[in-house]
Amino acid sequence: MLRAVLLFPLLCLALLCAPFSARAAMEIQVIGGAANKIAVAMVPFQAASGQPAPALSQIAGDDLERSGRFRRVGLEGAPQPVAPAQVDYSVWRGKGADALVIGQVAALPGGRFEVRFYLLDVIKHTQLAGYSYNISAGQWRATAHQIADIIYERLTGTRGAFSSRIAYVQKQGKRYELKVADADGQNPRTVVRSGESVISPRFSPDGSRLVYVSFEDRKPVVYVQSLKDGSRRKVAAFKGSNSAPAWAPDGRRLAVVLTRDAASQIYLINADGSGLARLTRGGNLDTEPVFSPDGKTLYFTSDRGGSAQIYQMAVSGGEPRRVSFSGSYNVSPAVSPDGKSLAYINRDEGRFRVVLHDLATGQIRVLTDTARDESPSFAPNGQAVLYATVLGGRGILGTVSLDGQTRARLSESGVDAREPAWGP
Amino acid sequence: MNKIFWPVLLALTVSACSTTGGKEATVEDRTGSGTAATTPAAGAESTGVSGAGVAGSALPGDAGDPRKDPASPLSKRSVHFDFDSYVVKDEYRPMLEAHAGYLAAKRDARVILQGNADERGSREYNLALGQKRAEAVRKALAVLGVSDAQMEAISFGEEKPRNEADTEEAYAENRRTDVVYGDE
Repeated sequence: MLRAVLLFPLLCLALLCAPFSARAAMEIQVIGGAANKIAVAMVPFQAASGQPAPALSQIAGDDLERSGRFRRVGLEGAPQPVAPAQVDYSVWRGKGADALVIGQVAALPGGRFEVRFYLLDVIKHTQLAGYSYNISAGQWRATAHQIADIIYERLTGTRGAFSSRIAYVQKQGKRYELKVADADGQNPRTVVRSGESVISPRFSPDGSRLVYVSFEDRKPVVYVQSLKDGSRRKVAAFKGSNSAPAWAPDGRRLAVVLTRDAASQIYLINADGSGLARLTRGGNLDTEPVFSPDGKTLYFTSDRGGSAQIYQMAVSGGEPRRVSFSGSYNVSPAVSPDGKSLAYINRDEGRFRVVLHDLATGQIRVLTDTARDESPSFAPNGQAVLYATVLGGRGILGTVSLDGQTRARLSESGVDAREPAWGP
Repeated sequence: MNKIFWPVLLALTVSACSTTGGKEATVEDRTGSGTAATTPAAGAESTGVSGAGVAGSALPGDAGDPRKDPASPLSKRSVHFDFDSYVVKDEYRPMLEAHAGYLAAKRDARVILQGNADERGSREYNLALGQKRAEAVRKALAVLGVSDAQMEAISFGEEKPRNEADTEEAYAENRRTDVVYGDE
């Protein structure tokens, strides 16, 4: 059930990096939310006998609240059932709950645990979901995120993204660390440490690799690194600058920006560094390519029209078509998982903010109220955008729901966070 | 465990080693050995230990190197640009002519043109803007007869600001291209 195969090497990596990295995690602050939130009663899961109470319902509840679509119902004086047969629905209806989450933990031989949980519909008196997990002591958070994903999906009809991960770069003094963390900013693991900048990390479509740009070679070079064993290779280290990598949906090819032949131009290259092919031509600046989900279209930033704007072109070639028209600076496009909208950074009266662009209607909505936003990327379920911004002179990460109504800030005191990317 | 451990350690070690050199790249600070970029401590430690009897040969960077002579236009290394401009201004012509002459005379010399940008906006877009500034200087040197094989134009974008302040003066200082020789 849990992605034990994927998690194991990551835990090893985390252990290795432990001596090097401050393990402090980011703090989360949630602002706003939808007008009609689903009311969920999250009963603390019963602990295994002799064991401390797990934080499962707390972590899952935090996930749900951060989405802006849920609110937790107070539990004062209510009974704490652990199985559906014990539930008195009238009590929970009386507390205004739409749904009820209950569960329990049992100790298994070998230091493992069984976690059972049930999601119940308080209005219809029915069970919406029931799952059992056999987990190790290192998988409490991962289990809680999976439970939150199931609750989110059953109650909203959209799959959850709480089990996904994010990558970002932390800067402390002159030290740079590329980190991978859970989507809530917890459980951070350092995958690259450098005395020079690292930018533009992107998860491969299957989440097993990161591509990024490192300046450790006294120029920008594109690396692909395995998250399983930490091994890495230079995929683009041509004469000039190598930057702005983007994975094709098949995970085999990358779009990169090179200057080996001329100004910054977009190329396709295999993930092992072979098979280089130039895509854009001309003396203009083309950068920040990103693939559409079907892999047929590239969106990118170009100054070919005299200002920084978003363009699209077929991966098979052809003439680029301009996509953004509002203002003189639109950069850093990200494509939604359904391919229907773009998030990018728009400059308006000196403010750099995240906007959402509906590709069918051309309608543009400003999602943030900060002034130094950068690097937007969509949640894997398309329901939120992760971005970097500056608050109080310090770089922080933020998420915002697509209606702009719910924002969460992820920050850690004393360090700059930047260049975030949301992965699978 | 070992299978996992070594590649990570190697990656960390490699990045730690190579970044030591990167930090030393500031042009103005270079007074010692030309090999300092790869072995930072060597130049400093070799002087004054063995006494006067040891015969020394001048390394690039010693007083005889015209590139380090403050009176020579070769000691000038930065080309600044106006806001949103990628035109090399006339005032840099004597400096670039001097570098072109030096490169023509020393065909084994290599020069890296490091473009930079101010910090506003997208890092990747700024990387490309820095590249335009590096490219502008590369083209100016090419016109002056420097061969392509002797030059590499790269960009640091907004990643290595000379002035980290959040002011117009700092932005102007960071909109520039530095001329750095390969042996520096």
